[in-house]
Amino acid sequence: MTSTTSSTTMPAARTPGTAAPAWRRVLAQTGFETRAVLRNGEQLLVTIVLPVMVLLGLTRTSVVEIDTGDLARIDFVTPGVLALACVSTAFTSQAIATAFDRRNGVLRLLATTPLGRGGLLAGKLLGVLAVEAVQIVVIGAVALALGWQPAAGGILAAVGVGLLGTACFTALALLLAGTLRAEGVLALANLVLVLLVVGGGLLVPPEQLPGPLEHLATFLPSGALGEAMRGALLGTGVPALALAVLAAWTALLAWAAARFFRWQ
Amino acid sequence: MPTSIAPSGADGAPASSRPSEAARAAETPGSAGGPAVRVQGLVKRYGGRDVVAGLDLVADAGAVTAVLGPNGAGKTTTVECCEGLRSPDGGTVRVLGLDPVADARVLRPRVGVMLQDGGMPTGARAGEVLHHVASMYAAPRDLGELGERLGVDAFARTTVRRLSGGQRQRLALAAAVVGRPEVVFLDEPSAGMDPQSRHAVWELVRELRDEGAAVVLTTHLMDEAEDLADRVHVVDHGRVIASGSVPELLSPDAQDDRTLRFDAVPGLDLADLAVALDAATPGAPGAWGATEPQPGSYVVTGPAGPRALAALTAWLADRDVLASRLTVGRRTLEDVFLDLTGRHLR
Repeated sequence: MTSTTSSTTMPAARTPGTAAPAWRRVLAQTGFETRAVLRNGEQLLVTIVLPVMVLLGLTRTSVVEIDTGDLARIDFVTPGVLALACVSTAFTSQAIATAFDRRNGVLRLLATTPLGRGGLLAGKLLGVLAVEAVQIVVIGAVALALGWQPAAGGILAAVGVGLLGTACFTALALLLAGTLRAEGVLALANLVLVLLVVGGGLLVPPEQLPGPLEHLATFLPSGALGEAMRGALLGTGVPALALAVLAAWTALLAWAAARFFRWQ
Repeated sequence: MPTSIAPSGADGAPASSRPSEAARAAETPGSAGGPAVRVQGLVKRYGGRDVVAGLDLVADAGAVTAVLGPNGAGKTTTVECCEGLRSPDGGTVRVLGLDPVADARVLRPRVGVMLQDGGMPTGARAGEVLHHVASMYAAPRDLGELGERLGVDAFARTTVRRLSGGQRQRLALAAAVVGRPEVVFLDEPSAGMDPQSRHAVWELVRELRDEGAAVVLTTHLMDEAEDLADRVHVVDHGRVIASGSVPELLSPDAQDDRTLRFDAVPGLDLADLAVALDAATPGAPGAWGATEPQPGSYVVTGPAGPRALAALTAWLADRDVLASRLTVGRRTLEDVFLDLTGRHLR
């Protein structure tokens, strides 16, 4: 980054503003967004500490009854925790950060720099992926230490599912952040995360949820993401229905976010 | 109206000495002689109300242009249309000859913006924010020099959340100019600043102008406009109601007019005073006006020479009135502004 601070002695009028290359602008924004999350205590709590605690809680205790069939509990639980990690970063963390940046005029200001709105969006998405990479390393390490044995053949599929889930929940985050007041988003984003964890099919498969929740969760993006992730990492294959549901939500939410997002 | 200073600058460097980037070579109308910013008939509505109602203004390269007006006059909306943040509902806006919305990609590197609400991310340190904005440009200003002269160095390691209002403003100004912009929009740049900070900001604004940039600033501070601006556009109710250099605005046909202000008992007969002053200054019959804006506080405007001053004190002595304060001054921009926009609070 030293090149960005290089001094020139020419007066400004003769070296008028020239943009840095697009990849460098987006990369700078990605780094800025990622550091903002990793430095913020509350964000770390939601994105790293919460999933690890859920992982430990579900595998080391039997507070929550889950029918794992003949599978090891850690193998059954870890894909769901990774899905939860994806939602916490792409949705909760991103919705709150974007809502407050919007309220404070950060989005407007960055839109006037060479970064522009497109670069800002790209930086946000890549920032989400960077935080998710940190989550996968931390959660994966804890899970492996607990004896997790993912289906090697399903890892590539899991990455694909994770990317689709990230797109879906980032779109939902931007839809909320771009239409509601920052304080409202703060409350709602945390509440929705809790609801999805408890009854959204992320950790507990939809078919094990009570009554009508079973049918509801099957068609929620959270249930679809959880089922797809379990299918991939348990080696049983990604269910076509889950993939279709997740793709449909992604298309709908991306359209809504693009349509209704207000920059100010 | 003063003619514009050529954007190539006082050193006579031709505009073609600029980097011959493809984009810039194709897009030089702003540097080819027209004003850097031209707004014609701008209309912007919110909820059916015209916030900006047919506003015209120009800003030249190498000059400071002040958009002066009371709160709610439409200043911020106007500059936001120039910055590409809002789309006009009517009229045209051209910055460097380009459309701020349609040509945003070309304009963004060439235009610096300081928003009224700052727009600084609250969780990051001040130094990081400035560094981050600088990384968007290929050849930003030297951060050390810029940080030192605006005093950002002193709080570079403080998070934006914990900065004072004036510190945030200085950081926002540094971010606005770090990319060596050709056009700079500053929305109330010295709001909330202490006198030292304001001085540093004004110095930087003058330097930007001397380097050939077009600086457009909104303000409701008279001294800011009077000290800094080469051209002032007085805006009220979404329209420009007066334009010109400060001397021009201070009424060109009454350059000799001065203002006598004095405090005394309320309710003096001002018509009689005007007659007495008229008698003391033959050759300018009816040139005197006297008002009592607040009870006991008087403003008298006219060709106020030594004789007029003597006549005023004699008139007061005849009525056995002692002025508790008496000053002689020129008409100020504030007088003009209040004459134009009215004295009622809004």
